[in-house]
Amino acid sequence: MDILYFAWVRERIGVPRERIESSAVTVAGLVEELRTREDRYAAAFADLSALRVALDQELSDFDAPLDGVREVAFFPPMTGG
Amino acid sequence: MRVSVQEDRFELGVEAEAFAQANNKSGAIVTFTGIVRDADQGGLVAMEIEHYPGMTLRALTDIAQSAMDRWSLGDALVIHRYGRLAPGEQIMMVATASRHRKDAFEAAEYLMDYLKSRAPFWKKEILADGAEDWVASKDEDETALTRW
Repeated sequence: MDILYFAWVRERIGVPRERIESSAVTVAGLVEELRTREDRYAAAFADLSALRVALDQELSDFDAPLDGVREVAFFPPMTGG
Repeated sequence: MRVSVQEDRFELGVEAEAFAQANNKSGAIVTFTGIVRDADQGGLVAMEIEHYPGMTLRALTDIAQSAMDRWSLGDALVIHRYGRLAPGEQIMMVATASRHRKDAFEAAEYLMDYLKSRAPFWKKEILADGAEDWVASKDEDETALTRW
């Protein structure tokens, strides 16, 4: 699946998007997989309360299943307007 | 109803006038415009607005449609920019048209509250000393949604 990062999450991880093969069942499981990869992921995902997630471009939550999902995006709380 | 996500500047007067003309049977038009503010009193060089291209238009359209469904509106307009903006530039605007002012005002506030916290934009302040700060969301912005 494609993983996208925005704002300071993108800066901490160092890339705007990447393709990842994962067998994680939920978003939280995917986060756990990413955290163990490298320090930059652990830093970006240190505090999930500071993060939001969208699945296939719809806001979702960390308990949500990944079944059939093609695009996961992680970002801080939005600051539009 | 029209939603635009754009890098280009927009002319507030032109947009407001066109919206008013297109809705000249409505009794009330409300517009709101957000402007890049130098909160740091002279230290802000630019505001960089990042967004999620695949999601932004749909999120704004959903927000605008829910305002149309919830209030008695004849029309609604949302324009939101991204990219690098200078202090004083217009970031975004909303306009609502209805028979009575209450619907137009409330729907405009609803649009603003949701644009702040549910539209995938992120603001970064570029300061004169070279520092770059992501603007943090405020608890009160999230709390504001609970009134709807």
